[in-house]
Amino acid sequence: MPEMNLTGARMQLRNGRADAEAFRARAIVGFLIIVLCLAALVSRYVFLQIYRGTQFAQTSDQQRISVRSVAPSRGLIYDRNGVLLADNIAAFRLEVVPEAVAGGPGGLDKLLAELGDVVAISADDIERFKIARAKKKAFESVPLRLKLSEDEIARFAVDRWRFPGVEVVPYLTRAYPLRSLFAHTVGYVGRIDMNELVKLDANDYAGTTHIGKTGVERWYEDELHGKPGSETVEVNVGGRVMRTLERVAPTPGKNLYLSIDSRLQRAAEEALGGRLGAVVAIDPRNGEVLAMVSEPDFDGNLFVNGIGQADYTELTQDPRKPLLNRAIAGGFIPGSTIKPYAAAAGLELGVRTPSDTVVSTGEYHIPGQARGYRDDFPAGRVDLKLALAWSVNTYFYSLAYELGIDRFSGFMGKFGFGAKTGIDVAGEASGVLPSAEWLRATRNQPWYAGYTVNVGFGQGFWVVTPIQLAHALTIIAAKGANRPPHVLRATQSGIGAPVQPAPLPMPGPSVGTRPGTWKAIEEGMWLAVNGPPPSTVSGLGKEFPYAIAGKTGTAERYSRYDETWTTIATSSAERHQVLFECFTPAEEPRVAVVVALEAGKSGASDAAPIARKILDAWLKYDDDAPATPAKVAQQ
Amino acid sequence: MMFDFDQLGPRLRLFARRWLRAPTLDWPLALALVLLACVGLVNLYSAGAPDTKVALNQGVRFVLGAVLMVLLSRVSPQSLRKWTPWLYAGSVFLLLVVAVLGEGRGAHRWLDLKVLRFQPSELAKLTMPMMAAWVLSRGELPPKFSSLAIVGALIALPAGLIAKQPDLGTALLVVASGMFVIFLAGMAWWRIGLVAAAAAAVAPVAWHFMHDYQKKRLFTFLDPAADRLGDGWHIMQSEIAVGSGGLWGKGWQHGTQSALEFLPEHTTDFAFAVLSEEWGLIGVAAVIALYIFIVGRGLMIAANARDTYSRLLAGSISMSFFVYVMVNGGMVAGILPVVGVPMPLISYGGTSVVALLAGFGMLMAIHNYRRSPH
Repeated sequence: MPEMNLTGARMQLRNGRADAEAFRARAIVGFLIIVLCLAALVSRYVFLQIYRGTQFAQTSDQQRISVRSVAPSRGLIYDRNGVLLADNIAAFRLEVVPEAVAGGPGGLDKLLAELGDVVAISADDIERFKIARAKKKAFESVPLRLKLSEDEIARFAVDRWRFPGVEVVPYLTRAYPLRSLFAHTVGYVGRIDMNELVKLDANDYAGTTHIGKTGVERWYEDELHGKPGSETVEVNVGGRVMRTLERVAPTPGKNLYLSIDSRLQRAAEEALGGRLGAVVAIDPRNGEVLAMVSEPDFDGNLFVNGIGQADYTELTQDPRKPLLNRAIAGGFIPGSTIKPYAAAAGLELGVRTPSDTVVSTGEYHIPGQARGYRDDFPAGRVDLKLALAWSVNTYFYSLAYELGIDRFSGFMGKFGFGAKTGIDVAGEASGVLPSAEWLRATRNQPWYAGYTVNVGFGQGFWVVTPIQLAHALTIIAAKGANRPPHVLRATQSGIGAPVQPAPLPMPGPSVGTRPGTWKAIEEGMWLAVNGPPPSTVSGLGKEFPYAIAGKTGTAERYSRYDETWTTIATSSAERHQVLFECFTPAEEPRVAVVVALEAGKSGASDAAPIARKILDAWLKYDDDAPATPAKVAQQ
Repeated sequence: MMFDFDQLGPRLRLFARRWLRAPTLDWPLALALVLLACVGLVNLYSAGAPDTKVALNQGVRFVLGAVLMVLLSRVSPQSLRKWTPWLYAGSVFLLLVVAVLGEGRGAHRWLDLKVLRFQPSELAKLTMPMMAAWVLSRGELPPKFSSLAIVGALIALPAGLIAKQPDLGTALLVVASGMFVIFLAGMAWWRIGLVAAAAAAVAPVAWHFMHDYQKKRLFTFLDPAADRLGDGWHIMQSEIAVGSGGLWGKGWQHGTQSALEFLPEHTTDFAFAVLSEEWGLIGVAAVIALYIFIVGRGLMIAANARDTYSRLLAGSISMSFFVYVMVNGGMVAGILPVVGVPMPLISYGGTSVVALLAGFGMLMAIHNYRRSPH
């Protein structure tokens, strides 16, 4: 202890006032340096928080606030009587949250294998799941199987404990209750593919998975889709939603009411009886399509939730081409169905009057040429009416020859041949209206007079679609008025909202100015149905309350000079493309029908009876029929 | 056996006289520390949300640290001085033990004593200035070259061991605490200049010995955007947190950067970023002012100390406190590289809080045993 005190005393002696002063000086310098440094530090904070504060505040908000689209519900599609053609139904799908699956990375494969015992999971499903999963975060759920059946839901519910991270999630899916009946006309929706993705407005389609692929679903995509709503959410660093800040409800897509009567559609399909071909029925008074059928068809529901590879292959590989909408994209050789329009050309261009006659000897020769153009029978001297009723080729050979190809096809263009009708169903084809110009442009060949003769009776280069023919037919039925065919009748901006009639498409330029033109043609077509043989479809109008006017078409599928005529097309029942066009009542038509079959014996024998069945059905559903005792009794 | 209560009475009185004698604390300094601790707790409550354990644990540590501070404030600088060489030797020994047996995430920093886990490097932060003060207070001031060389070696030993752990931040603090002693001892300015020049010359050599991750940190600091998802993320998100606070801040518990986990390490290294975001420049300036007050008050205590050892020790503790603030504040604001130096009493971390308050305990002791005013 004394030693301790001694050192202490020595120290105190040494550490005198001078040392303390020296220290004080250093401490002051040190403190000043510290204050300067901290002032510099604070100035950095001033820079960040004041000078760049707004910018950082924006960055901070940008990374935490995310605006997500809420997909609108798709508009429904009804027929003219409110029968549902395209519906949104609640369905259940299996979703997997990869993060929540037990057993690490290998656990997912094991889970998929085990799930397969409970719920059917195809290789397609797994493939799709893996692609979708790669685009999402680990905590986001990924659909695995769409459209679970009730059995599957029940089975899964029992075994659910075995599958952590797997959920049954409800969703709305498109459904076509009438299945194949409207597969072509209404079309179908499918998942948005990569090609569509690049073209679509990213904002409008942000939350949408499906888009109209064909038919009305495609044509009216904008109306059916609606406007997406938005959800402003706060996300954390991993992108997980922490809370919703704001929600703007989506505007659902418009409901569409089509002009088609599903009962007539059904009748038309039944009348076709599965034969390859198409039927189009139009109200010539306004261009409303009443029925539009293409056979063979398929179930549009297959495509909605991702068609399986097997089904898809079957549909695409089928030689009967079930995916082709023959009503608007099927190419037919019109044959004699072209004759009423050729007659109109002759009358309007002043080459013929209704009473002018032509002699048919059974073979026609272009003046000075040796080659003969065949007629079905030597009809003798016929006027326009008989020429149409008996379908006398010679009359139209000479007519076309006299008109010349330019005037002929020029006038045919007025009926809409060779161009799309503009019908509001996606996928229309334009067909071919033969002309010298067309031949030069497409095949770089000169036009010969012989071609004109052939084209004059609906052969040689001609390609028409049933909708084109039906549209042209309505022009005759409506006595020259050109009313474009369409399927949209009314729209509705939500269930319960008033149904707004859709505006009619702009009428096209009227055809024909001369009095008597339409009367003469109508009489010829009437005689074809109501006259005694050799009227082409004599007896077709029997026991029908209204007068029917019609025209057959039997076009050669194969050239008579080709060896296929005798080899492939041996069966006469398969030898021709057969068509029939008709309207009724003849004087004030309310319906015009075109039936086109890819193979048949003749228009009269195959296509006309189908048309009659459709007209019989139409009678039952015709709203504008004058009240008859039978009708009253029915109601 | 009966306990002898007669014996106990006088002993208790003695104990009371020794430990409960007033005044034992420098009240301005103590109040500033309490205020800072409160700010720290309030901030951690928000930064750690929804986990309230963070603030609670920190509170417990504050209490432990405060008790240690009060206890140390009773220990005379004479005793501290007497024990200094042993404490220094002890901490170097523990650093060696850690180097051999230590554990910790990525770096060997921790010593597990079963009842207590702690980082010997934290101890070195205290024993380093003590040892330097001990050496320099024995000779004449300003120090001669020989004593400077000795102190330099004494600094290099623990600093080297800590840097090797690797814990660059703590090594830096240990070196700084030693250097401050030398500076306050009156080392000639020309020598200071020489040392600075030498340090600049040695830098490339130091670079050579740096760990890859340390080099990467330095690069990242120089160009945060180049490493957007890695270390650069820390710097960028911290700047966003600070900057988005603006003048008034987003308000307590309304900071988004930490709540949504954009800001990493928001309770520890980047706790001050949370404070900056929620309280804005006003909060930053207030806290920095508080730090300046604490440093200034510490230097005043040092200036009034009884002897050279106490002066140098108190001065070094105060100035080291500034280094924490500067390094962490600079890191949070993106002007200094990311090194693990906590913001004193704001960042979450037990050992650091206890070590800091222990240092202030010694400061209080020096205040207690100050020169009697003339």
